[in-house]
Amino acid sequence: MRGCSSRAKLAHGRDTAVCMTNCPTLIVTVGLPARGKTYISKKLTRYLNWIGVPTREFNVGQYRRECVKIYKSFEFFRPDNEEGLKIRRQCASAALNDVRQYLTEDGGQVAVFDATNTTRERRDTIIQFAEQNGFKVFFVESVCEDPDVIQENIVQVKLGSPDYTNCNTEEAAEDFMKRIKCYENSYEPLDEVLDRDLSFIKIMDVGQRYLVNRVLDHIQSRIVYYLMNIHITPRSIYLCRHGESELNVNGRIGGDSGLTPRGKEFGKKLSQFLQTQGISDLKVWTSQMKRTIQTAESLSVPYEQWKVLNEIDAGVCEEMMYEEIQDHFPLEFALRDQDKYRYRYPKGESYEDLVQRLEPVIMELERQENVLVICHQAVMRCLLAYFLDKTAEELPYLKCPLHTVLKLTPVAYGCKVESISLNVDAVNTHRERPEVGISLEAHRRAHTHPQEDGSVWPDMAFSPRAFSSTGCTVQASAFLLTHGVNLTPNPQHSKHPTRK
Amino acid sequence: MEFPQLEYLRRRRCDSAVNTEQKKLTQTPLLKIWVPWMGCSLNRRRGSSVPQFCNSPTMIVMVGLPARGKTYISKKLTRYLNWIGVPTKMFNVGQYRREAVKIYKNFEFFKPDNEEAMKIRKACATAALKDVAAYFSKEQGQVAVFDATNTTRERRAIILSYAKERGYKVFFVESICDDPEIIAENIKQVKFGSPDYVDRDIDEALEDFSRRIECYRASYMPMDDEEDRKLSYIKIFDVGSRYLVNRVQDHIQSRIVYYLMNIHVTPRSIYLSRHGESELNLLGRIGGDSGLSPRGQKYANALATFIRGQNIRELKVWTSHMKRTIQTAEALGVQYEQWKALNEIDAGVCEELTYEEIQENFPEEFALRDQDKYRYRYPKGESYEDLVHRLEPVIMELERQENVLVVCHQAIFRCLLAYFLDKPADELPYLRCPLHTVLKLTPVAYGCKVESFFLNIEAVNTHRERPVNVDINRNPEEALLTVPEHV
Repeated sequence: MRGCSSRAKLAHGRDTAVCMTNCPTLIVTVGLPARGKTYISKKLTRYLNWIGVPTREFNVGQYRRECVKIYKSFEFFRPDNEEGLKIRRQCASAALNDVRQYLTEDGGQVAVFDATNTTRERRDTIIQFAEQNGFKVFFVESVCEDPDVIQENIVQVKLGSPDYTNCNTEEAAEDFMKRIKCYENSYEPLDEVLDRDLSFIKIMDVGQRYLVNRVLDHIQSRIVYYLMNIHITPRSIYLCRHGESELNVNGRIGGDSGLTPRGKEFGKKLSQFLQTQGISDLKVWTSQMKRTIQTAESLSVPYEQWKVLNEIDAGVCEEMMYEEIQDHFPLEFALRDQDKYRYRYPKGESYEDLVQRLEPVIMELERQENVLVICHQAVMRCLLAYFLDKTAEELPYLKCPLHTVLKLTPVAYGCKVESISLNVDAVNTHRERPEVGISLEAHRRAHTHPQEDGSVWPDMAFSPRAFSSTGCTVQASAFLLTHGVNLTPNPQHSKHPTRK
Repeated sequence: MEFPQLEYLRRRRCDSAVNTEQKKLTQTPLLKIWVPWMGCSLNRRRGSSVPQFCNSPTMIVMVGLPARGKTYISKKLTRYLNWIGVPTKMFNVGQYRREAVKIYKNFEFFKPDNEEAMKIRKACATAALKDVAAYFSKEQGQVAVFDATNTTRERRAIILSYAKERGYKVFFVESICDDPEIIAENIKQVKFGSPDYVDRDIDEALEDFSRRIECYRASYMPMDDEEDRKLSYIKIFDVGSRYLVNRVQDHIQSRIVYYLMNIHVTPRSIYLSRHGESELNLLGRIGGDSGLSPRGQKYANALATFIRGQNIRELKVWTSHMKRTIQTAEALGVQYEQWKALNEIDAGVCEELTYEEIQENFPEEFALRDQDKYRYRYPKGESYEDLVHRLEPVIMELERQENVLVVCHQAIFRCLLAYFLDKPADELPYLRCPLHTVLKLTPVAYGCKVESFFLNIEAVNTHRERPVNVDINRNPEEALLTVPEHV
């Protein structure tokens, strides 16, 4: 829960980090090869990082590939191959060592240990390791006997694996099937009775059925909920912003204005585009702001309005131009550039807040199939960061231009992105990350303002002296402003061009 | 596979026949939802704060021997779904039986060879099913919880075919438990007080009830992994130690599963309190982010003393991100977690105004709010309905936790309280949540025991009753009649 994990910043700046997990969690995958363990590991890792839980995956197969440079054949995995077993055990140990490092020293909260872990013996080793280090363990087992699903897995992710770069398709598939066989005999699935004291979820037949045992805490409960909502049915997610709005054209942020003529043109083009895509059963979602709804109206199909898709609330800066924000709230403007992800507008929101309120949208997007989401710049950045696994640092600077549709299609372990510009001109609303000086003295910073022709114009220098000397946190800034801290901008500022 | 909103589609087809050019958007006055202007059909248009996820009505069918918590789960689930805005109603077949057979004699009624009784019980189930159908078709219900043992495959088949004929989705919730202690505790908590045993003493009641359970046991066919693999269900083992979930069909079923997997029956208490009196409270101004008044600070200290006196095991303390709740929690001297979701309702353009100023500057808004305080959204602000939506994760986490103290705000308090005490939307915005008073909620039997502790520190009253005249054209005196006193 985002709220729980946010740092408790008190008025006098004491920082008490409150975790939603008490001790770190080790998620351990279990299952024969080609059962989707790595798919689940990567997806889960991506989700947890996006909601703010530092998570990393540790794929034992990777360690094996680093150890045994060249993969010869399935023989490596034969249960009677002593040499192979030794190496594999070492690789698992090396991975566990890295897990320990990540969870105890590198600030990780969740580690996903991705391997077959098909024997009780191996799992006991892991449990012991976790107990010694004070980690909670949660097993995620994937059980599947549907040959079509397994075949599709192999085609999507195994044939392209580094192990099979020099094989043709048939050879690779055959070898891989033999590899699976090597594990089958010694496979001991998690058992309702024998393993009744362990915490685990057993996913059967790609989500038809789940067995959930002893969920211990909040994070495990969220993981279970997430795993129960994802699916692998092929589909596409279309993300776009509303058409160009009146306030966009005036260079103002936020507000609730309607579309310009060009914005309406985009609506028409969007409708035509969707028809050419021939999408079955498309769901259309908008925010509750006029500009997204007007855009959706052009499509002449039913749409759902979500309040949580509303643009980031810029609080006291609503409907201002960046130049005005600089004039009236230079401290705030500087703080925002320092940490655009965590910075919260006074009486407004931060990107971090946005992610928290968008979580139900992501969960529902996972459940759904073909969806078009018509939203706003900051919101689209957050959604895109989830699908493309972008960090909090990158998120606020992702490019999401007006009048462009992003088509996301899940493929293999990630997402294929197609960017389709619908050829309707619009203003550019993207503000690049300015260069941030790090000296404690007054430092100059170039403010970058987007221009209509798409170029970026560095024009103003800015020196936030007062801010740098207090070393205050972003949350405390609101108190500073209300207590009369006044900042005079550097007189060297040159006048920036006004935009229409 | 979810079907599109059929009603919506039908309207759209009519509309496009009438007017093909792009319609202007107007914002509905109460909800502040942008809708295309369609003349008189404007108010029929469905626009709401939260997406609607129910298409076909859903029947939740309980399964399990007596004293396995079916009614407990049914009531709790019904309460939760109604609170998040999904119209839900519970149908307890035992109730129908009590109405049909006025006086309960003994367990013999439930013997499998009691033909007379079998007939009555079947008729009761049928009557309940009919009422379910009426609830869906005539009362716009979306979910019906069919609370009965439903322990035979035959009975479940009847329900399934009834639902299939009418296009209802079915989701089974089976509770399996063989822990004799838990069963005994159930019987003690809810069966002894049942109308069936009103004239018996405890031992008699216990004996009779145990034999009642035995009547069902022989013919009990639990949901089966193989035979029932096409059905949608969740099996709850040993009060949540283990779950088996099969074929979740849609959003609402997914939410139900998530909820069921987060609730527990461990005894605990939830303490709800507002922040101490704030500077803006004193001035009669709403919203804002002010600090505590001197009396408010006194309350914070008194709260600390009170909490210590309660000797609560492992208490978690939650606050909002606003100064006044944080200052209150600081006095406790323990760790606390800040939730942005616990922030007070955003009054938008009315932030930090007095009611008098709102009446002067936005008289129409003021009247609209009195007309439908639950759904009314402040311009550029929120509604109570929005609040419930953003508080849902808080409720979910409260269900997971044990002893918690939540320091929050008036509107938030009302929403949380409405969840625990099963208050409907029209009562919610008028629940009394005075300053400087702690409410202690302790789940018991099928509901919640409430204890109220006023910590003896005076504070302004911030409760505004609904005035009699809510018309847009009322005069200011009528509008301001119920405004509490302030500086």
